[in-house]
Amino acid sequence: MGNVTGIGASILRKEDLRFITGRGNYVADIKLPGMTFAVFVRSPHAHAKLLGIDATAALAMEGVVAVLTGADMKADNVGGIPCGWGITGKDGLPMKEPPHPAMAYEKVRHVGDPVALVIAETVDLARLAADSVVVDYESLPAVVGVLEALRPGAPAVFEDIPDNLCCDWEIGDRAATDKAFAGAAHVAKISLVNNRLVGNPMEPRAAIAQYERATDRTTLWSTSQFPHVVKLLMGNFVLGIPQHKLRVVAPDVGGGFGVKQFHYAEEAVVTWAARRLGVPVKWVSERSEGFVSDAQGRDHVSEAELALDETGKFLGLRVRTLANMGGYLSTFGPNIPTNLYGPLLAGVYTTPAIYCEVKVVFTNTVPVDAYRGAGRPEATFLLERLVDVAASDMGMDRVAIRRHNMIQTSAYPYQTPVMMEYDSGDPSGCLDRALALGDWDGFAARRAESAKRGKYRGIGLATYVEACGLAPSRIAGRLGARGGLYESATVRVHATGDVTVLIGTHCHGQGHETTFAQIVSDKLGIPADKIEVVFGDTDKVQFGMGTYGSRSLSVGGSALAKSVDKVILKGRKIAAHLLEAGEPDIVFEDGKFSVAGTDRSLRFDEICLAAYIPHNYPLEVLEPGLEEQSFYDPINFTFPGGAHVAEVEIDPDTGTVDLLSYVAVDDIGTVINPMIVAGQLHGGITQGAGQALCESAVYDDASGQLLSGSFMDYAMPRADIMPNMKILTHSTRCTHNDLGVKGCGEVGTIGSPATVINAVVDALSPLGITHVDMPAAPNRIWRLIQAAGLPKAAE
Amino acid sequence: MQGFTYHRPTSVADAVVLLQSEGASGIAGGMTLLPVMKHRLATPLALVDLSGIAALGGIEVDGETLTIGAMVRHVAVADSPVVAAAIPALAALAAGIGDPAVRNRGTIGGVLANADPSADYPAAVAGLGATIVTDRREIAAEAMFTGLFATVLAPGELIVAVKFPVPLAAAYAKFRSPASRYAIVGVFVARFAAGVRVAVTGARPSVFRVPEMEAALSARFDPAALAGIAIPPDGLNGDIHAEPAFRAHLVGVMAARAVAAAGSGAA
Ligand SMILES: Cc1cc2nc3c(=O)[nH]c(=O)nc-3n(C[C@H](O)[C@H](O)[C@H](O)COP(=O)(O)OP(=O)(O)OC[C@H]3O[C@@H](n4cnc5c(N)ncnc54)[C@H](O)[C@@H]3O)c2cc1C
Repeated sequence: MGNVTGIGASILRKEDLRFITGRGNYVADIKLPGMTFAVFVRSPHAHAKLLGIDATAALAMEGVVAVLTGADMKADNVGGIPCGWGITGKDGLPMKEPPHPAMAYEKVRHVGDPVALVIAETVDLARLAADSVVVDYESLPAVVGVLEALRPGAPAVFEDIPDNLCCDWEIGDRAATDKAFAGAAHVAKISLVNNRLVGNPMEPRAAIAQYERATDRTTLWSTSQFPHVVKLLMGNFVLGIPQHKLRVVAPDVGGGFGVKQFHYAEEAVVTWAARRLGVPVKWVSERSEGFVSDAQGRDHVSEAELALDETGKFLGLRVRTLANMGGYLSTFGPNIPTNLYGPLLAGVYTTPAIYCEVKVVFTNTVPVDAYRGAGRPEATFLLERLVDVAASDMGMDRVAIRRHNMIQTSAYPYQTPVMMEYDSGDPSGCLDRALALGDWDGFAARRAESAKRGKYRGIGLATYVEACGLAPSRIAGRLGARGGLYESATVRVHATGDVTVLIGTHCHGQGHETTFAQIVSDKLGIPADKIEVVFGDTDKVQFGMGTYGSRSLSVGGSALAKSVDKVILKGRKIAAHLLEAGEPDIVFEDGKFSVAGTDRSLRFDEICLAAYIPHNYPLEVLEPGLEEQSFYDPINFTFPGGAHVAEVEIDPDTGTVDLLSYVAVDDIGTVINPMIVAGQLHGGITQGAGQALCESAVYDDASGQLLSGSFMDYAMPRADIMPNMKILTHSTRCTHNDLGVKGCGEVGTIGSPATVINAVVDALSPLGITHVDMPAAPNRIWRLIQAAGLPKAAE
Repeated sequence: MQGFTYHRPTSVADAVVLLQSEGASGIAGGMTLLPVMKHRLATPLALVDLSGIAALGGIEVDGETLTIGAMVRHVAVADSPVVAAAIPALAALAAGIGDPAVRNRGTIGGVLANADPSADYPAAVAGLGATIVTDRREIAAEAMFTGLFATVLAPGELIVAVKFPVPLAAAYAKFRSPASRYAIVGVFVARFAAGVRVAVTGARPSVFRVPEMEAALSARFDPAALAGIAIPPDGLNGDIHAEPAFRAHLVGVMAARAVAAAGSGAA
């Protein structure tokens, strides 16, 4: 109490001073003595045989250090890039897991596939030299879409996988679902596409590697969301560097969104090159390079059916999804459209029977992996679109059909038919508040006003639940994870009472230096500016799994809370001795240890000093020092949820969608810093609106070229497409972690595509339009309006 | 980017001499040239920076002609009270180019020399019947643009200024790309005593006029006069944001909007 920097305080972000004054330290800022510069030669073909590489001209240039190829890596016995998840198909067999060479040899499988590394004394020289490398390709027919890739006779991305099928996966009870459909009064259907996205963090990826002969140690600086995992995967599986001889540092990182949570080939290639050549090697991706080498997101084609009884109760849900994996399996790739998708299909509804099949498919495109939300926006989009279609089919109100099927707050914990047990939530509370905040009931007047101006106005809503806080290792292991998903935190209390936190998560914009400090501040009763949060350096911090899947607070924060509790426990023991009282009589409050019922007390810093200067100290029963560590493995996922409402206006003359208002009411558990939460929501919703309205990675079907390969063609959402968002939290506590936290990093991106598209479809519903694929961009809307003809009836 | 020598002349004459040298290129705001160089699609040996030449600056009205120097930045046109008084549609056009960073650097001369099919100024040049003044001649709007990124400018020829006749009324309506913010379709409509001119950018390899619309609007300056005039989609540009048929449709919509804006006194 009274702690102005504790839990619930909107304090300014500690890290922002260095960021807004340009003093951040990003990988590209790092300069090492004798550093050389690397540029990748990448395939311009989507699919081709690699016949030969002639680097004679490049090597003849003064200042060019080396040109290395996939064949050189093979000769050095470098391993392929490993996949972190091995999923299992319907047939009980493991997914097809073809090799993923760090640099292609024999064959290239997508535009941007690296084939050679040119290293020179300057980056300009390296680029020039890279331009002069002659690569002999024999172009092969390419396949970019999942439907085409599964067609008999389609080009095979891998010769030994002629059907391009990585895995045919399922979840749920097929027989029970079939039975539910057999007894249905109505079946609502939808076919939809979840468009492919390019992540585009503001800072492009980069890597610098250095080998020190004196100590036989290797250091990689990388723009990574999980440096420890890179160290494990690269050291152990790719390059064979012993873990104690390898250090991975991810310093300030400018945005991740999932794009930086994979072990990338470039990290391994640069590290291998630095060791082979004995000089530091630096690579910084160009933006256009990022478009063809950063793992991309989404890319599903789905069909779904919802069985309903005559009252509109959901009886069963059947989903068939084709998920594009691209040309190789990225670290989490096969996990995203399966384990992070199928188990979310219950949403906040009581649907008793669900069956979902996912075909995971190889194509000649950039690998697909987790992108903010990862699987859960796809599940939410499908389910919430289908619910709207069902309502429209049955002539029911969209809100009423949702209320009719919603899990009651009293029914938690709630076991769904697709694995998940939701611990807590209040979906109807979120819905009520979202409808009120979005003035759902007053919409008709606004629609009429727009109609007067010749515009179509629509309102949409979506509910969602997501599973984050990845994850209980026990469950993850069962689902195919090849690692654990716990998190670690060390609390190092200095003799003066200042605190250093060493945490295994990684911050790349989320404000962890502030949020984690607030947790410690709250528990120890010391101001947040006496607390430093350290992460991102495997030499400083104990092993941790990093940041993705909205896990940092619920898993890392929980580990941190446990370590702080251990510090307090030890502090009580020290206090008991110094105050000559029994340990049970010691209370810790407001930063003071006191003997209950007396005025005898010691401040936190006095205890810390005693721990490090143990002159009068119970050495027989207590070690000196005050430093505690915890590894926390959650017992369940956390389940944030909520309800969002959006309003749009469509100009029928141009097909332009104007997003007029956006309301988000989210249950994210305990809120540590409301300002940071609002920021996460603003960014997340904008990213989702970007998917809904403008973003799309478009490949040319015939050539496999990425047509939206730069910001001149790839439409990022800009501030001016967004209205002022109304953000409200409506939280229930997570029941299985001490802080009661759930996570807020992805909720905005999960709820918003469905919400925005439901509003767009509502706007066009007088024309008889029942679905609009993303992005709802002008040309598409105009086409739909043309095809629909005149309004069927004025509303 | 590759190395180059750098010159910053202060007179048009010096610049023209420097531009004669092997591999030399003029640079205005660098908004097009620098990205092209970064992609190594252009590798000039020498850059002749035009920003030190006072004669390429300035905005003036003389009777019925508004003259804008080649090096005048978009932001200066957008904010100019002189432009606002003479041809407000031109100020509005400049204010709608790209984003603030582009407007702070980009120049009218750079846009015209570059002849991007989606650039805005070509619509104003054609729509107003402007004259492009170079170091050696005057080029009529009709003669300036010869195709995709192509003009009649000779190698090393420098645009000095653009002279715009002041119309009775004018407006520019633009449908912008959600990605680049260039024009997918932009239509400039200008009404003169002698008749109406309609110029379209973004839809074909270079700007073009629409005689049918001009005739209809010269008879009756009203959006309704455009009813029934359709632009055939054949030969129109197509990309991932707008297929030819959509562009054809947008030409009609933007033309009507421009007429409405010009007619309503928002000229
Ligand atoms: C993100 C982005 C968005 C944009 N959006 C728009 C838009 O919406 N609408 C629009 O119209 N434009 C747009 N542009 C283009 C912008 O308006 C620039 O003005 C244009 O790129 C030219 O740039 P510049 O004036 O800096 O000329 P530079 O890039 O310096 O030069 C371009 C070319 O013109 C030549 N040149 C320059 N000045 C002269 C001269 N006086 N005489 C002869 N040759 C000359 C140069 O030698 C060079 O070949 C956009 C650009 C960007 C990067």
